[in-house]
Amino acid sequence: MSVPALEVRGVTRDYHVGGGLFGRSRVVHALKGIDLTLERGKTLAIVGESGCGKSTLARIIAMIDPPTSGTLAIDGMPIDITAGRVTAEQRRKVQMVFQNPYGSLNPRQKVGNIITEPLVLNTTKSAAECRQLAMDMLVKVGLSAVHYNRYPHMFSGGQRQRIAIARALILNPQLLVLDEPVSALDLSVQAQILNLLRDLQDEFGLTYVFVSHDLSVVRYIADEVMVMYYGEVVEHRSRDAIFAGPEHSYTKTLFAATPRADVDSIRARLAAKAAG
Amino acid sequence: MALLEIENLSVSFDTSTGPFKALDGASYRVEAGEVLAIVGESGSGKSVAMLAVMGLLPPTATVTADAMRFEGRDLMALGARERRAIIGKEIAMIFQEPVASLNPCFTVGFQIEEVLTTHLALRGRARRKRAIELFEAVGIPEPAQRLKSFPHQMSGGQCQRVMIAIAIACEPKLLIADEPTTALDVTIQKQILSLLMRLQAERGMGLILITHDMGVVAETADRVIVQYNGKKMEEADVLTLFERPSNAYTRALLSALPENATGVRLPTVADYREEVAP
Ligand SMILES: Nc1ncnc2c1ncn2[C@@H]1O[C@H](COP(=O)(O)OP(=O)(O)O)[C@@H](O)[C@H]1O
Ligand SMILES: Nc1ncnc2c1ncn2[C@@H]1O[C@H](COP(=O)(O)OP(=O)(O)O)[C@@H](O)[C@H]1O
Ligand SMILES: [Mg+2]
Ligand SMILES: [Mg+2]
Repeated sequence: MSVPALEVRGVTRDYHVGGGLFGRSRVVHALKGIDLTLERGKTLAIVGESGCGKSTLARIIAMIDPPTSGTLAIDGMPIDITAGRVTAEQRRKVQMVFQNPYGSLNPRQKVGNIITEPLVLNTTKSAAECRQLAMDMLVKVGLSAVHYNRYPHMFSGGQRQRIAIARALILNPQLLVLDEPVSALDLSVQAQILNLLRDLQDEFGLTYVFVSHDLSVVRYIADEVMVMYYGEVVEHRSRDAIFAGPEHSYTKTLFAATPRADVDSIRARLAAKAAG
Repeated sequence: MALLEIENLSVSFDTSTGPFKALDGASYRVEAGEVLAIVGESGSGKSVAMLAVMGLLPPTATVTADAMRFEGRDLMALGARERRAIIGKEIAMIFQEPVASLNPCFTVGFQIEEVLTTHLALRGRARRKRAIELFEAVGIPEPAQRLKSFPHQMSGGQCQRVMIAIAIACEPKLLIADEPTTALDVTIQKQILSLLMRLQAERGMGLILITHDMGVVAETADRVIVQYNGKKMEEADVLTLFERPSNAYTRALLSALPENATGVRLPTVADYREEVAP
């Protein structure tokens, strides 16, 4: 078997909250022992109620936050995030895109600088090379070179998410961690970004960890689905298996709560209403 | 006679770059006991339209309409006092951010009792009893206890229940809910939508539900208005809209739903740009 793109073993994360002037400090067990393996080129969707630990896990996989315990391996290489022992090469391989396309871009930086910054910090490429790579990347994500000198506030939500994706891809990563990347976007823009992610995955053979609370998006984009509940994985199966028959009671509740927009469901609802 | 009838409503805002037309000649009609969904992407003028009806827009807004009638009464001819008597009592509105819509400095009990005092002149034990009944009606467990809670001590879903309890306190004939579940998890959304639909049916209220979510429309509406760029694109009963949408923009929205994906790629509104009004 080939080396998995991502391996997570027994990852936990505790947060210590409170303990200020009022009340005693309390420990939140945000992750209670997460295991997962993801093959290269695949998309894993992580779903679950808000507060169940999706973003915490996403940040740990992206090496932005350390786990309290457990291990992480990228491309078979163990990652030791404590004591700053992550190598530049390891950092390059994993990049992250956040939900809020407004908050995640520095408003005082021009788009070109936003995208070239990771290159400047992590490589020895010349300014001209960085500039050319960023221009090419703008085109890849569906923008154009004329956007290079503009500021983030001049862009719509969907365009900003394209900029965030361009920045994430500029170092040629293998694994992209996307935390609710389309949740703040309008439906038609969401469709464009999902198409873009598909195209980029095909072109670069990317592996995606895709956090979402929207099952219709998950069904469209994922190869595998992992359902989390209060810091634990309650179900992790292929997309087709999980959509064919959710097993855990929370997964069932989640599926039953997702609105259905097909004509048959509307007919059934109207019939039930007419019957009183 | 329709419950609410708005003809040719336009709203423009004074901005530093000149007037901006946020709503351009839209008409709305809701019958008693009917659920009307207004759906559209952000910025399409859904909130502005309903805020105009409620008289809640800032002074920078210029509102014009051929008619605005509630149960046949001309809202435009009413003085500020008469209009306020209708609004808040016969028409109630709830918003997207339940936690932000409540005052963080007062208990939720204080906030619902304030409404009961202002609009129904209830006091003392009768007022407390009514507040408890309302919390029960919206499914808040241990209502007498919960009245003493502050908003931040409750979840988003519970706060939205409180907002709904306040909104129905005066038995309004029309409830306007502006994206009431957008900030909530789908499991909580389901509960809140069921609650709204149950209250609407039990009380025979008219309900205007503003949403950007076609799934929410499919699960709730009798009739639907689709808006885009401040203009009404289409109006139809819910089944017709999903089965045979007549407008290009509606078709674009429906085919951009991931669950309707037929191929590898999702069609986007841009694919329909030639057909959709510029
Ligand atoms: N920086 C933090 N400090 C304290 N608690 C946190 C912090 N980040 C997250 N938490 C808590 O950890 C749990 C999981 O949060 P999160 O990972 O953000 O969940 P999700 O992304 O699934 O909504 C929640 O109870 C949250 O309140
Ligand atoms: N107070 C205001 N001043 C200027 N423009 C406004 C104001 N309120 C809303 N708008 C603009 O009017 C348009 C419609 O807004 P709105 O009705 O809030 O849209 P939505 O359909 O998302 O509810 C948007 O372009 C918005 O920016
Ligand atoms: Mg999160
Ligand atoms: Mg709005």
